[in-house]
Amino acid sequence: MDRREILEELKKVLAPYTENKEMLAGINEQTDLINDLKINSANLVDIIIDAEAKYNIEIDMDSSEKMVDVKSCIDVIAEKMSVRE
Amino acid sequence: MSRRVVITGLGVVSPNGVGVPDFLSSIRNGVSGIRFMPEYEQLNFNCQVTGLPEFELSHIKNYIPEVALNGLKAISIGYGIKAGLDAWTDAGYTMDSDQPRWETGCIFGCSVGDTAVVKNVINRVDARESKKLGSRVVEQIMNSGVTAYISGRLGLANRVTTNSSACATGTQAILMGYEHIKHGLAKRMLVGSTEHVDSYIFGTFDSMRVLARKFNHLPEQASRPMSASAGGFVPGSGAGAMILEDLDFALERNATIYAEIAGGASNSGGQRSGGTMTAPGPGGIVRCIADALASSNINARQIDLICGHLTATHADLLEVQNWGQALDRKGDDFPLINSLKSMIGHCLSAAGSIEAVAVVLQLMHQFVHPNLNLQDPHPEILKLISADKLPATMVKKEINTIAKANFGFGDINTCLIFSKYNHT
Repeated sequence: MDRREILEELKKVLAPYTENKEMLAGINEQTDLINDLKINSANLVDIIIDAEAKYNIEIDMDSSEKMVDVKSCIDVIAEKMSVRE
Repeated sequence: MSRRVVITGLGVVSPNGVGVPDFLSSIRNGVSGIRFMPEYEQLNFNCQVTGLPEFELSHIKNYIPEVALNGLKAISIGYGIKAGLDAWTDAGYTMDSDQPRWETGCIFGCSVGDTAVVKNVINRVDARESKKLGSRVVEQIMNSGVTAYISGRLGLANRVTTNSSACATGTQAILMGYEHIKHGLAKRMLVGSTEHVDSYIFGTFDSMRVLARKFNHLPEQASRPMSASAGGFVPGSGAGAMILEDLDFALERNATIYAEIAGGASNSGGQRSGGTMTAPGPGGIVRCIADALASSNINARQIDLICGHLTATHADLLEVQNWGQALDRKGDDFPLINSLKSMIGHCLSAAGSIEAVAVVLQLMHQFVHPNLNLQDPHPEILKLISADKLPATMVKKEINTIAKANFGFGDINTCLIFSKYNHT
């Protein structure tokens, strides 16, 4: 799965946590989860749990703390998927 | 302290009607909301009937943001949101507000956080998977979750809390909201209570052998307050809510006023002199009713109707005795008396608020709802009051003042006096 494919899948993971569906459809690597998508910071935990299930990976605490924008999410997910493979 | 407190909005999720119009129609016509639960038969419960509202969480999709609804699992919070926000819009208010509403508070009672959510926590933690629980669990197992959801949606920013006093919770929430306005601390209070009796809560009462067990295949006949054949109560679920306002504040905005809360009182019998953890003592009840009358400047003779606690246990007789003593009325002179539990069962912490909604509707529409399953009034009750004080069919009558009480575990009593709103 390349970065573009991960991003497309990530949209589905983020969907339940943002009211801003228009912005979600057009996210890029620079999109910030809290400032742009207006996701409640408490829900970042839920996004990580959902991402673990979606990509069949485990995201450790240190990695999860980095996941604040789309770029860092893809970085962590891609890294953990490569470890799995 | 001349402030008056009036009711300007109602919301209800009841086993016999979700929403005020359906509920009103059901209580007028004596429609039971008690049903047989095949699952309870499977679980070997003695009692296999319950009062369960026709409700799913998807019904509140237009009430709270989609993001909030997505992770919501607690049914009791769902009931509370539906009843609370319905009451709010019924009072003529819009839900959205960018600013905190400093003049409005919320007291919404609840006995126990959602046990299905708790069960998930226990399973996950025991499986060493606590990190899979996510962020939405705490707000649904905390007792105040329902209040937090309601006040968050509406921006309520005066006193916001959840009270808990077992079966007296609902009436007590209303009383606390009333007192807060009466003391000049808020202009408006959203008050009510919720309860979802799932199989785990149900099981704890079933094991106490206090539930009706002889009507499992005749569910509508299972809840029989004040009858000779009463054999225990039927647990029910739901929520009731109302908007209380300072009278002057309500008049200024030309609100429709449904009724007035003339006064009320809450006490405990101290678990002394007959009162125990599970049974109310007569001293506390009589005193509570007398205090409620004194606080409202209402004479005992003015009470037209008693909407009792009356759960369909041995305590019904004691309760009628206590009303008689507190009001000093008996026989033909006793007020009419009814129990909504005959239709919906005992909704525990939601009992007081759902029953109080029924009280306000009876005042607004000038009727007395029937007591179901009262073909055989308890003979000892008939020694205290005339049979015609126990209506088995709906009565159309001028009703100006209603006394409403609930009594809860811990020997906690609450009594409210409602009156028809009169401008003078």
